[in-house]
Amino acid sequence: MADTARDPPPQHTDFHELEDGEDLFPEPTATLESEPASLPAEDISTNSNGPKQDSLFDDDPEDLFAEATEEVSLDSPERDVLLSDGPSPAITPITPPTSVLTPRIGLHDDMFTHSSFDEIEEEEGGDSFDIHISVSDPEKVGDGMNAYMAYKVTTKTSISLFKSHEFSVKRRFSDFLGLHSKLASKYLHIGYIVPPAPEKSIVGMTKVKVGKEDQSSNEFVEKRRSALERYLMRTVKLPVLLKDPDVLQFLESSELPRAVSTQALSSAGLLRMVNKAAEAVNKMTIKMNESDAWFEEKQQHFENLDVQLRKLHASMESLVLHRKELSVNTAQFAKSAAMLGNSEDHTALSRALSQLAEVEEKIDQLHQDQANADFYLFSELLGDYVRLITAVKGVFDHRMKTWQKWQDTQMLLQKKREAEAKLQFNNKPDKLQQAKDEIKELEGKVEQGEREFEQISKTIRKEVSRFEKERVKDFKTIIIKYLESLVQTQQQLIKYWDAFLPEAKAIS
Amino acid sequence: LSTPQKHQRGNTMRSVSVDLNHDASLLIDIPDALCERDKVKFTVHTKTTLSSFQKPDFSVPRQHEDFIWLHDTLVETEDYAGLIIPPAPPKPDFESPREKMHKLGEGEATMTKEEYTKMKQELEAEYLAVFKKTVQVHEVFLQRLSSHPNLSKDRNFQIFLEYDQDLTVRRKNAKEMFGGFFKNMVKSADEVLISGIKEVDDFFEQEKTFLLDYYSKIKDSTAKAEKMTRSHKNIADDYIHISATLNSLSADDTTILFVSVQKVEGRVASDQELKLTELLRYYMRDIQAAKDLLYRRARALVDYENSNKALDKARLKSKDIPQAEEHQQQCLQKFDKLSESGKKELTSFKGRRVVAFRKNLIEMAELEIKHAKVSSTIQLTHFYTNEKWTL
Repeated sequence: MADTARDPPPQHTDFHELEDGEDLFPEPTATLESEPASLPAEDISTNSNGPKQDSLFDDDPEDLFAEATEEVSLDSPERDVLLSDGPSPAITPITPPTSVLTPRIGLHDDMFTHSSFDEIEEEEGGDSFDIHISVSDPEKVGDGMNAYMAYKVTTKTSISLFKSHEFSVKRRFSDFLGLHSKLASKYLHIGYIVPPAPEKSIVGMTKVKVGKEDQSSNEFVEKRRSALERYLMRTVKLPVLLKDPDVLQFLESSELPRAVSTQALSSAGLLRMVNKAAEAVNKMTIKMNESDAWFEEKQQHFENLDVQLRKLHASMESLVLHRKELSVNTAQFAKSAAMLGNSEDHTALSRALSQLAEVEEKIDQLHQDQANADFYLFSELLGDYVRLITAVKGVFDHRMKTWQKWQDTQMLLQKKREAEAKLQFNNKPDKLQQAKDEIKELEGKVEQGEREFEQISKTIRKEVSRFEKERVKDFKTIIIKYLESLVQTQQQLIKYWDAFLPEAKAIS
Repeated sequence: LSTPQKHQRGNTMRSVSVDLNHDASLLIDIPDALCERDKVKFTVHTKTTLSSFQKPDFSVPRQHEDFIWLHDTLVETEDYAGLIIPPAPPKPDFESPREKMHKLGEGEATMTKEEYTKMKQELEAEYLAVFKKTVQVHEVFLQRLSSHPNLSKDRNFQIFLEYDQDLTVRRKNAKEMFGGFFKNMVKSADEVLISGIKEVDDFFEQEKTFLLDYYSKIKDSTAKAEKMTRSHKNIADDYIHISATLNSLSADDTTILFVSVQKVEGRVASDQELKLTELLRYYMRDIQAAKDLLYRRARALVDYENSNKALDKARLKSKDIPQAEEHQQQCLQKFDKLSESGKKELTSFKGRRVVAFRKNLIEMAELEIKHAKVSSTIQLTHFYTNEKWTL
């Protein structure tokens, strides 16, 4: 085994015998873990979280924050990209961690000033968004390859736009795709970040159609149901979309005309088209004089975000997979331990082994639940955002195209003016009039082009601000939920092992 | 790696076997070891009050192959046929961390510097864990011998501990002498032979049934436990990547949270490995050693039955009767000796096993509780902190 290229394994290690329970991986400095571990274990027992928690935090918050400080100041990435709002004067810094974060100078300041500007401008889409949509009760309609899943879409709202406060309709997947394609064709090119619809899946749907009532097809339906719900909620969060007649019709009317050619217009297909357009645009080497540093910076920001989110998504999917494997392996071990317990002839040990088997079985269930949390909370959200960012990039590309169109019109006007000058010089009165008319028309078009460009720029600024705010809120919510799930899992583990301990001690 | 650490003597609570190394007349330990590529050099340290040794306190360097030589020599010693010979320590196996290190090197370009450093640290820790385990298991082997009333007096054991030259020459000679014949025989036919003989002794009948069944069950449990531990490790690795990516997106408490989650997962994995998987692995080998004892006894019984037949034949033919009688007596004596010694060994083995299981299961449960508490404390702290932000 000649792997001379690799770092040589530890050449010389004095063997240190560990007391059981001692840290196998000693940290050089005082760490987060060592703080709680130094607290007497009895403090954090199965008592209620309330009072004990306070004493815990009174003792050590500084230390914990000190650790946070240490970690945070070591690097200098964009601090608030993921979690914090673009800090504006409006948000009062409360906690030590926030104040410790040193904002980057220069470009970052631009971000601050712009976002505070955006916040003042933003009146629509306020925080109290009184509409809630749920997608539920998936029902198989029909048989064979023509079968489809019908979902119940229920809207609860107090917004006056709608005819009533609570109502339901039945929709199928292609209806969602149809809605998205309409909205995309209306709003994407003027700068609105239209949320992409969930992906089509031939394999998944075929299983359902064929009637396989197994675990994987149930999971597929649930995954899709959840994705459709998130899609609708995101869509109505855009004020301009909420008011759109297509959206209203989708949510309210009992009958919906079948969406045609959704093949061509599926969100994935649409995004592919957008991407192709983006590539084409780049190929044309648009040397757009970006007078606005904001756009340049934001584009870079979204590029970076795209890369990181994809990576995170991939890691998360790996985590889900491994957790599912852990669940399977734990279940198998539980069975094996039970058999071992049966085989054991020492009575007390036999019982303890059987109990161990039971504990592991329960833990297996815990792992499964945690895997679901990993997945539905985190992994799917990341997938949504990867697709959303593609839509954002598309919107930026549309702005470029708009600019290009304006420039082209301007160049055409220039040519026509030159031609007019020539005609004037050559004294051709009838052609001259035609030229003057064309110039007039073109001047109008140029003005319109400039207006469109300014409009889309303005819309994008607002949209990006809204999007970032949503994103930060989304992630914060999800991380908190995820945390809760982790905490629950840990507390359950404590319960299970606490119950097992006396059994182990009873072996004599 | 970490700075060389002092070995703690005295309270040698070996994780898989207890009641070892308490007899002050012969204390053995492996205070340090050197790892060069594939080869591990163990420093075997002996402290003794026995006059059979030349010095009261001394150390020798030994390789894994030396341990195997010692084990095989003991197995093939007739006098010890009625004893459970402690299982030979397995060969040091750094294959897994080495393979992972290799993969890591190949994938270095795809990850951030931080991620790479973290993964490398984890791998080095894994390497270290393998290293510690192998030292532990070699040490336990020697301590089992030193605490055994008969085996501790073995001449070859003394040579192993004391001989300050390279044992390689001796090892070669031994191989030529025995040719590993007995060992091979044991490996091939034991199950059939053991289950085939007609057992008159209730004790051995029960033991036979129990050991054969228990062996297959514990072998299965060991394999399943290994898979569980591997999954925990995979999850810990995933959290490294997740926290690294989160870190490059925004360095705040969230990253710390995931880093700590990862650390806890890693610890859970390694503790489970030590307390559960290692325990099962060790006793799987120990039960094999017990089965070997049963085999040797079964063989002795077969020999005795054959000698009876030979005696009958001799009587019939009225030829060589005294030799046949003598042979039969020898076989009977050998069989009785094995049975008597075997009974003692198997009884104490059971006691040993129960004690070890108890200790490790308790420790494992306590560690799981500790990790879960630490983990949920960190998470609650973070949660609380987050809540403060939203105010």
